[in-house]
Amino acid sequence: MDYYLNIVLLAFINMIAVLGVAVFTGFTGLFSLGHAAFIGIGAYTSGALTYHWNVPFILAILAGMAAAGLSSLVIGVPTLRAKLRSDYFAIAILGFGEALRVCFENLSITNGARGLSLDELSGPVWVSGALVICVFLTRNLLKSRFGTMFMSIREDPVAAEMAGINLFRTRLLSLVVSAMLCGVSGALLAHRLAFIQPVMFTLTQSTQLLASVIAGGMGSVSGPIIISFVFTSLPEALRWLDMWRLPAYGLLLVVIMIYRPQGLMGYREITDLFRRKAQ
Amino acid sequence: MFLQTLVTGLSIGGIYSLMAVGYSLIFSILSFSNFAHGAVIMLGAYMGMALATKANLGLGLVVAGSVVGAGILSVCNERVAYAVLRRRRAPSLYLMISAMGCSMFLENMVYATIGARFYSFPEFFKRQVIQVGGSSLSLLDLFAFIISMSAIAALHIFITRTKTGIAIRAGVNDMTMCSLMGVNTDRLISIVFFLAGAFAGVAGVFLGIKYLVYPTMGWVTNKAYIAAVIGGLGSLPGAMIGGIILGVLETLVSTYVSSIMRDVFSFSVLIALLICLPNGLLGADTEEKV
Repeated sequence: MDYYLNIVLLAFINMIAVLGVAVFTGFTGLFSLGHAAFIGIGAYTSGALTYHWNVPFILAILAGMAAAGLSSLVIGVPTLRAKLRSDYFAIAILGFGEALRVCFENLSITNGARGLSLDELSGPVWVSGALVICVFLTRNLLKSRFGTMFMSIREDPVAAEMAGINLFRTRLLSLVVSAMLCGVSGALLAHRLAFIQPVMFTLTQSTQLLASVIAGGMGSVSGPIIISFVFTSLPEALRWLDMWRLPAYGLLLVVIMIYRPQGLMGYREITDLFRRKAQ
Repeated sequence: MFLQTLVTGLSIGGIYSLMAVGYSLIFSILSFSNFAHGAVIMLGAYMGMALATKANLGLGLVVAGSVVGAGILSVCNERVAYAVLRRRRAPSLYLMISAMGCSMFLENMVYATIGARFYSFPEFFKRQVIQVGGSSLSLLDLFAFIISMSAIAALHIFITRTKTGIAIRAGVNDMTMCSLMGVNTDRLISIVFFLAGAFAGVAGVFLGIKYLVYPTMGWVTNKAYIAAVIGGLGSLPGAMIGGIILGVLETLVSTYVSSIMRDVFSFSVLIALLICLPNGLLGADTEEKV
């Protein structure tokens, strides 16, 4: 039972990060190859706080969230302000993630490449509580004026700007929100696995997050969440296929782009389906 | 010491240039970041290594084989993963996602089939060095630099002097107009992908000789992306200059500061550049594209 509980909790933690990428890539239409870096920042900030200074867990999570949000400004302000193509952002954040890993590996506060052993603080209550709060807040944000602005930028940046939307500020907001969600996910992950290491936050993880969002549907909250649950739990069921999991994800991305670019849910939510049935 | 560092930097810069030129070429014509470029480089290196170890070919034939192999791979990649999207006029985000998918697929297929082992090329140069003014220069480094520069010069002549080259430049300017003028754009794009793949093949072989051959070696392309941004995305001379600048600066940093800081440094250059010169060195002049 513990084993299944563990998988479900890891899937929940992953969902929070996927939610973050969904806000940025799914709703705002910018491509990110480095969100694992924000998870890493959240994990290391909260981990260092509880490890070195015995900070209460809730404060450590909030600090992880804030650190991820602030670090996203470092990368977001120069790249997004230039109002250039999103390629620049994708490349810059790729480099950001790599550079950050080098820092994690060489700082004494992170204990270098040997990793940091932590206490297992994030129990079922913490994880599911955080997930519910994150989903609720994200959904409200996306239903608000800001959500509409995000989507209009995704559909047509030029038209959105003509309609009076400040591209830079709106994109930056979306980035900060998504980085904060990843930070929370990282803080929970660090205290769930009770061990963190720089190699855990690499491009492989970023691409898995991205794959979940694209397969789930760009412009849907529930789609990516469902897919991320499948992506986290399926490998556990199909251990013997582990080798072929990543090639399959890659192929899946290509196939989805060619045959069903809107993903599993498209622009709809799971609740829309039930609503239609009720009518 | 300084001369030695400079030559090492130039040779790395030459390889970065080769990668950046291929990447820029595709960017200039389809305006999306081909994230699968790194995987093509990696497979080019594997092909070169197979030719060198299994067939015992010399360096010239190894490079030629991997140029053709990587070129064909790159064309197939375009046909399978991008052509449909391109004809549908899908947003460039979709093309980038598809490219990312290809890169994941190819890289992890190598993991799953060939394995994560590190391979090394047979020594073509037996660590030969030549003495110039008290510093010893590696023959391989000089050779890599000369080959990269000649390949880029050949590309420049091809693009400026031949009919196909003119068609490519026209396509960069306006694809629709180009197709109205009777250019077969599908064929044109295939040629561009072949060229980019060929450059990836050369870069892959030299990277493999200089370092090692392994599934994630394609991630050096991060540096090529940075080089392309330094020079201005989509500009070929820019990609070349950017590659050399990055290679030399990086080597200087790792020699005189610390090798750990090298990647952090490259990334900081990118950020600084995006703040001060967001269009890169040559990107602002759109007339000079290609």
